[in-house]
This record gives sequence, structure tokens and C-alpha cells, in this order.
Amino acid sequence: MIELKKVTKSYNGSSEPAVADVSLQIGRGEFVFLVGPSGAGKSTLLKLIFCEQLPSSGQVYFLGRDIARFKAGELLKHRRRIGMVFQDFRLLKQKTVFENVAFALEVIGRSAREIRLKVPAVLEDVGLAGKGSAFPAELSGGEQQRVGIARAVVKDPLLILADEPTGNVDRDNSRQLMELFETISLSGTTVIIATHAWDMVDRMRKRVLALEKGSLVRDEQRGGYSYES
Amino acid sequence: MNLNAIKYCLRQGVVSLFRNFWLAVVTAGMIAVSLAILGGFLLVALNVGQILYNIAGNVEISVFLRDDADQELIRTRLDGLDGVREHTFIPREQGLTDFGYALGDSALFAGLAGENNPLPDMFRVRVGESDMVEALAEKMRAFPGVEFVDYGEELVARLLGVTRWLNAFFLAISFLLAASAVFLIVTIIRLSVMARQEEIGVMKYLGASNFFIRAPFFLEGMAMGWAGALSAAVALGAAYHRLAFSLQREALLFFLQPVTDPEKLWPVFAGLLALGTVMGGLGSLVSVRRFVRA
Repeated sequence: MIELKKVTKSYNGSSEPAVADVSLQIGRGEFVFLVGPSGAGKSTLLKLIFCEQLPSSGQVYFLGRDIARFKAGELLKHRRRIGMVFQDFRLLKQKTVFENVAFALEVIGRSAREIRLKVPAVLEDVGLAGKGSAFPAELSGGEQQRVGIARAVVKDPLLILADEPTGNVDRDNSRQLMELFETISLSGTTVIIATHAWDMVDRMRKRVLALEKGSLVRDEQRGGYSYES
Repeated sequence: MNLNAIKYCLRQGVVSLFRNFWLAVVTAGMIAVSLAILGGFLLVALNVGQILYNIAGNVEISVFLRDDADQELIRTRLDGLDGVREHTFIPREQGLTDFGYALGDSALFAGLAGENNPLPDMFRVRVGESDMVEALAEKMRAFPGVEFVDYGEELVARLLGVTRWLNAFFLAISFLLAASAVFLIVTIIRLSVMARQEEIGVMKYLGASNFFIRAPFFLEGMAMGWAGALSAAVALGAAYHRLAFSLQREALLFFLQPVTDPEKLWPVFAGLLALGTVMGGLGSLVSVRRFVRA
């Protein structure tokens, strides 16, 4: 589903590329951990797949198409097929849980009827049944991230990109969130998680892509966080 | 963009207006003040134009005749001229009497009656359009038996000059006011965009189109512009009605009559409404294009 061919991304003012000569393939329904120290290029790689950034050289293919060649309409369609989950949740404080999740459907023009049917079901799936009328500030970090996940999955994406999704939650909640991502992956959605949560990576034994200084240094099925594990 | 998205944009525009209700009220109020001043200038310009037209339209052409002139021939020629509203023959005796009355002491001219009267016979001619005075006067000069023609060239030229100057002045002031109102809307929408920066960022990640992101701001600006223009039109209409009514009752001079013809007035008020809406839309368009990046 995703293929990177010799992708390099350099930012202006930086002598070292954020991503250097990376080639990889990720299939449909795969669950992939992206690991590496801070500044290794994990977030840049996610941005390249989301087409928020364009590669300085090389190509990123999504469903067989070079995303750098997308026209404006195709770019929108591409982004609508991807659900993003962030470390800082990025929930809208003035909206309720229901409204935050519904927002993902509203901005792509889905009907009020569909929103009424889908949002409660998704909230139930992520374990937030009955919390629809709460505001983000009234929820714990783990619950807020569940809202973020619900907002990402409510539009039935082909791919979930999560950037440090457990960075702001405790260990128990991290484990539950990872289980949630695994459930989503089992339903056929590809999940790519950039993370520092070594214990989760070691415990779940999924495919691991390790980056260092922008280069892909390891691509291991059922891998661990570090080389030694 | 489908119907659901359009409904969402409309709803967001309204929600945004009410979320920043007092900011929107202040903005609409400032637009109203700007447009009321602009509309006031337009009404003053309209009335000044009418007053000048009234004065210029009442300028008379005095056609002085030689002693051997054929009065009937000149009368026929005047009848045949396009643009002549009316003409009156003033025999030299009446001319002297009128002159005496005009100076306030007819006794002074007692010795000039009869054969000593230095004044010639004349026609007083009124024309329909003030800007035709000069051309008609030229034609009358060529009539046989006409000694000379006078129509107060200086007055007409000065009035036309003043009209042109006032029009340029009102145009410049109006442009400045309109530009400052647009600048105000740009600033307000910018504030609105900044207040919703987080939401806009999330919308981009959720796959919202630029149009979808920008449309509520555009509607918000148009609504503020329209509300301001409507307030300005209502306030200005009420004030003008009151002023025109009292001027109509109390003005003694014919040329000070205010414009009350609805056909002349409604374009000013309709124009204000359209201008307010366009200014609102334009201001928000400039702002969102500048501050909402794809």
C-alpha cells in the first residue's frame, strides 16, 4: 500500500537530511512501529506519507501512485483516507467529545444522519460510551487520546498514522491504547506508530522500522525496540 | 462541495459570529459608522449637485437688440432653438424700470425715461440644461439684429468648477472611508482566523478543503459588512427624512430644496447595502487568502 523509494528529505537551514535515502514497503492491514531517538526522522517520515511534506528526492507511492504528483483534489482524497493521531491529542477544547469526533465527518461533508449513527458507535468501540457530552478538559489523558483515536477512525481510513500517541499517558493507559490500535489493525486498517514506548514495542512484537539520523537502520518483523531485545 | 458541507459552512459562519458576538457587533458598528459617513457624503453631494443645478438652470441669457432689430424674427428664431425653455421680450422702458427696482431707487433713473433711455430692447431667455447655456448663447449672438449676449459666463464657469471640485473631493473622501472599512474587516477576520488557528490546523489534518476552511470566514465578513451597511442605511434614511422634511418646510430659497425624489435616493441606499456586503466579502477574502494557508 505504501512504498518509499530512496526518499531523502532535507529542511532549509539544516546540514543533515531529516530522512536519508529511505526505501521501504508497507502492506495493507500491517501494524508497524517506527522507532528511534528524537530527531531520527520519525515524524518527518509520517509527514511525507501524509503528504504534508514533499521529498527532496525519491518517491513516496500510496496505492501505486506517486503522491508528489497529486493534484489538489487528489491530495484531499489522500488525506481523507488517512487518520492522524497526535501526542498532544489536538482536540478542540470548546467542542464536546461527540462534537470533536463528529467534526472529522463534518469537514468532509458527511450527512447529519450518518454522524448521528456513526459517532456513538465509534465512541463505544474506543471505550468512551456515555462520555459524548463531556469536554476534553474533563477527561484524563488516556481518555483524551481515545477521543483522538475515535476521530481518526470514524471516517473509516485505510491508514492510521500515530505520532507518539502514548507520550502523554501513563503505562496502563498506554497498554490499553496500543490494544486499541491492534484491534483497529485487525479490522484491515494499516497502522503506523512512531513511538519511544520501548516496553510496548517489546511486548507486542510487531514489525519494527528503526531510524537513526534519518536512515533506516533496521526493518524487522516481530521486532523489539532495541537491537539487543 | 456537497450540500452537507455548504450547510456546515453556513452554520459555522453563524456560530462564529455569535461566538465572537461583541467583536462582530463592534465591527459591524464601525462599518456602519464608516458607511454612514460615506452615505452622508453621497447625500450631501447629491443635494449640492441639485442646488448647483438649480442655480445654473436659472441663469438667464440676456439678448440685447439693436434699434433696427426685427423683434418677431428673433422670437421665431428663439422658438426654433432646441434647449430654450422660455423667453420674454423686455422693452427698453421696462428694462429701465426693472434696473431701477434692482438698484432699489427708481427715482435715480427718472431723467433717463423716453428718448434718453440708454438701454436697448432685450429678450430674457431661460434654458433647460445649464450646460447648454454657452452653446445657445453663441447661436443667439449670430442672430441678425442682436447687439450682444450676456449670460454671466463667470458665474456659470465658477459653478461648474465648484461642482467638479466637490465631486472629486467627495469621491476621494468616500474612497478613503471605504478603504479604511475594508482594512478594518481584514483585521477583524484576521483576529477571527487567529482565534481559530488550532481548529483550522485540525481541519487540515482531517482533510478539509481550502474552500471549506475559508467559506465560514467569508460568510462572517459578508454578514458583518451587510449588518453594518443595513444599520447605516436605516440610520441615515431616518436622519435624512427628518432633515429633508424640515428643509422643505423652512427653506425660503428655491435652490435650497432637498432631493426627495425616491428614484434619485434609492440608489444611494441600495448602493450602501451592496457596498457593505461587497466590502465585507472582499475584506474577509483578502484576510483568509493571506492568513489561512493551505
